Amino acid sequence: MSLQISMEMERNTLIIRLEGELDHHTSEKVRDKIEAEVDKGIINNLVFNLEKLSFMDSSGLGMMLGRYKKIRQLDGKMSICSVQSSVYKIFELSGMFKILSVYDTEADAINALGVA
Amino acid sequence: MSKNFMTLQFAAKSENESFARVTVAAFIAQLDPTLEEIHDIKTVVSEAVTNAVIHGYEEDANGIITISAVIDGANIEITIADNGKGIENVEEAMQPLYTTKPELERSGMGFTIMQNFMDEMNVESKVGEGTKVTLRKKITLNSMIS
Repeated sequence: MSLQISMEMERNTLIIRLEGELDHHTSEKVRDKIEAEVDKGIINNLVFNLEKLSFMDSSGLGMMLGRYKKIRQLDGKMSICSVQSSVYKIFELSGMFKILSVYDTEADAINALGVA
Repeated sequence: MSKNFMTLQFAAKSENESFARVTVAAFIAQLDPTLEEIHDIKTVVSEAVTNAVIHGYEEDANGIITISAVIDGANIEITIADNGKGIENVEEAMQPLYTTKPELERSGMGFTIMQNFMDEMNVESKVGEGTKVTLRKKITLNSMIS
């Protein structure tokens, strides 16, 4: 089982949809793909749709935290949505919900950025 | 149920992280664990193997990782061992958010997750010789027939 990533731009927000398993191996590829988009300089915000992400470990967590720090440095925002219970558990344990808001749907996550 | 065991050896490559966690989960499946228990076990195996790949062998694919799993009734014991560089200060390494490689975006949550998801964790490490992580958990046997 590997990881599929699909990305879509909506105004200045990059929506990242992950499907499969996010570990050390796959996190590096996801990071590189997102960074390549962010480095173009037209993106202000990130939305992670994790509806089809069935597995995430601390490497995935580190990658998400890295994207959060980067987008905050650029004065942007980041939100996540549709988190499966197993992945939710890792976020919860790490205290990520203290800095990141989680939404039920992608539309809610985009609206929450206040850019719609 | 009588005792059962398995041993697995593979190259310290990040590609093998999913192979390792899926294989251990498949071995444990004979105890009919809950989905959450299977998920917890996959996660902790992934954490320990990732540590061996990144820290133990510093991504040198010539390194060998050995996983053993023992089932004894409802109890499982999983050991993940490497012959890598070892950990100087295990206590420090186990602190939440502690990492020696922040530049690689490591979260420093690996050992914390292992401790939380399992009943017991033991880490033995010797600098220059390697690290062995032993993880134990009792599986709920609510629906098991044999």
